[in-house]
Amino acid sequence: MSVRRLHDEQPESFAFTAENLAWAEQQLLKYPADRRQSAVIPLLWRAQEQEGWVSRAAIEHVAEFLSMPPIRVLEVATFYTMFQLRPVGAKAHVQVCGTTPCMLRGAEEIIKICRKRIAEHAHELSGNGDFSWEEVECLGACVNAPMVQVGKDTYEDLTPDSFRAVLDAFAAGKTPKPGPQIDRQFACPEGGPTSLTDPALYDGSMAAAVMSEKAAEPAPAEAKAPAPAEDAELSPEERADAAGTKPDMLSEPAGGIADDLKCIGGVGPKIEDILNGLGIFHFGQIAAWTEENKAWIDGYLKFKGRIDREKWVDQAKVLAEGGDTDFSRRVDAGDVPSSQE
Amino acid sequence: MLSDKDRIFTNLYGFHDWGLEGARRRGSWSGTKELIDKGRDWIVNEVKESGLRGRGGAGFPTGLKWSFMPKQSDGRPHYLVVNADESEPGTCKDREIMRHDPHHLVEGALLASFAMGAHTSYIYVRGEFIRERERLQAAIDEAYEARLVGKDNVHGWDFDLYVHHGAGAYICGEESAMLESLEGKKGQPRLKPPFPASVGLFGCPTTVNNVESIAVIPEILRRGGSWFAGLGRPNNTGTKLFCVSGHVNRPCTVEEEMGIPFRELIDKHCGGIRGGWDNLLAVIPGGSSVPCVPATGCDEMTMDFDCLRGLQSGLGTAAVIVMDKSTDIIRAIARLAYFYKHESCGQCTPCREGTGWMWRVVTRMAEGRASKSEIDLLFEVSKQIEGHTICALGDAAAWPVQGLIRHFRPVIEERIDDYSRNSSGGRLVAAE
Repeated sequence: MSVRRLHDEQPESFAFTAENLAWAEQQLLKYPADRRQSAVIPLLWRAQEQEGWVSRAAIEHVAEFLSMPPIRVLEVATFYTMFQLRPVGAKAHVQVCGTTPCMLRGAEEIIKICRKRIAEHAHELSGNGDFSWEEVECLGACVNAPMVQVGKDTYEDLTPDSFRAVLDAFAAGKTPKPGPQIDRQFACPEGGPTSLTDPALYDGSMAAAVMSEKAAEPAPAEAKAPAPAEDAELSPEERADAAGTKPDMLSEPAGGIADDLKCIGGVGPKIEDILNGLGIFHFGQIAAWTEENKAWIDGYLKFKGRIDREKWVDQAKVLAEGGDTDFSRRVDAGDVPSSQE
Repeated sequence: MLSDKDRIFTNLYGFHDWGLEGARRRGSWSGTKELIDKGRDWIVNEVKESGLRGRGGAGFPTGLKWSFMPKQSDGRPHYLVVNADESEPGTCKDREIMRHDPHHLVEGALLASFAMGAHTSYIYVRGEFIRERERLQAAIDEAYEARLVGKDNVHGWDFDLYVHHGAGAYICGEESAMLESLEGKKGQPRLKPPFPASVGLFGCPTTVNNVESIAVIPEILRRGGSWFAGLGRPNNTGTKLFCVSGHVNRPCTVEEEMGIPFRELIDKHCGGIRGGWDNLLAVIPGGSSVPCVPATGCDEMTMDFDCLRGLQSGLGTAAVIVMDKSTDIIRAIARLAYFYKHESCGQCTPCREGTGWMWRVVTRMAEGRASKSEIDLLFEVSKQIEGHTICALGDAAAWPVQGLIRHFRPVIEERIDDYSRNSSGGRLVAAE
């Protein structure tokens, strides 16, 4: 058990912003009407997001909103260790995972840096008030140890140098790129996957193959999973035209040589074929797509916003100018099986 | 080695689209309606036949757990609660499912809820997994939009799926503590009986299953329980996500067949032990709660429930923490003892007092500042904690310490000898 008490300096009052109040009302819909109390953790968390920490006034406010005795909310706020009961650094509160898997890979060095650069003791503010830190228990990213969490994001596979660089970026008011700080894709082994390299997993054939009992029904030519009922009758062109404006297409690649569109993260051999079939061969064409064009392609491919999520246009702009992206470098290095022919 | 075609989590590393379209292309949501049309009993039987054992650590047969739910509702609603409070040190598999393959979980929650007569399910995500719960919510929103779940969905079984979250408490991974937390209270485990299947969330019949257990259900039903049962070995069937951390060259999470030899797992996927196989000191094979296995036991070790139990350890969550010879094993276990001290909910005295006591003693032993008779005392006290608490946290705190003493007593004794040799004579340590 950890002993946790409220801070000795407390603000006079707390009130949710109008936006957060509306959000809180929405949360209540998740639970049976007579079980408002269930929302206490999400609401306290929202209060912490609003103010940076949980004050006595916030606890009382949440208690009133949920019709709970304040002592029951206080009990929750002091039990769950993610509730910060005193102010934290304005730019970053660094939570260092110190449990054994991280410790084995160097978490103690990370903590030393925190002591030196931020403050001697956990939960203490740095001199300028910008930073604070604490050692926390296992954050569930053990194969990417050592790691820290700042706000919503984790910074993984740290070394003392890369951790200092993360702190420098926060100090400069920037948000460093989250995730592994080495050249590695999430929990995949460094250097590329040792499994999941069979392209047949991703060409749509799995959707048809596994349903042996459905074999009687001929699989669609594209071997796609059945579409949702409402737009099953629309052709891709019709669907696309309803969504946006068709971009300019070419009848053949300029100079007879097409760009390798698979260098765009999110485009595999199958999508490249479809794009080529439509008359899209060059990064420059994708870089020039307007919002309307994107909507058209999105509708055609039934992508539900994937083009934006995967930032195709931004990637294409860099590639069209002859630059590299992180992803294209990995493709060139042969590290992305799904981008091989 | 498991072939890619038999792997369930085909977007484990997030190289592909996590969204509905990508998930469909990889086979999710294919023929879900037909599976539901086969009925509750068919689903439960198929899961029983698959031999699936719960993936959250205890390894209880999933199909059997489901069959404890009342067949007919007595007027109270039924609930499925999915345990996504992944906090066992070493474990980071559910995180990958939620952020990269969330539709396996959403579809699995629908099928499992249908099989147990539940129209509502909550996924309880640990508080720290903020990006993961955002991604999971986005996947659920997609499923609602495509009318795969929700009221009047295309599957003909009204079903609401909600994401709930905690705020930093390991104990909420214990199923009855999770229900307390979902009811807006401190996460302190409940006395059993009554079991959740009769009195669970909001006083209603409830089943709590781990994320991985639920996320493999759709593929088991599509390909048949016999397919899953054909992988691994009897009583230890199917595929499993292994999280290999610590002193290997390339730590990673990977889906492999149950019963894979430890050495094959490490050599194929993790680039071997740091400094070579002979540099191995010990392995914690199933998350921090299971006793360690020294290197001598690792040659023949296979990664499944029965083999590891035979080695006086356990498969737990299949979180493999590897330690090479540079490791100070006493400090490594002392840090775990601190973890349990920090995470004890304080409800039962043996655990509340015992976890702190064990941490202080093991910490002194790491320095050598102890007497040899305390080693036996520590073992005895750990036996007094084990089995004398409401939940298994007391056991989980005791086992790593017992494993340390069982396998590394000479190391502790040597440390004590070194300390007394170096000290300037006869210093007494106050008894704790």
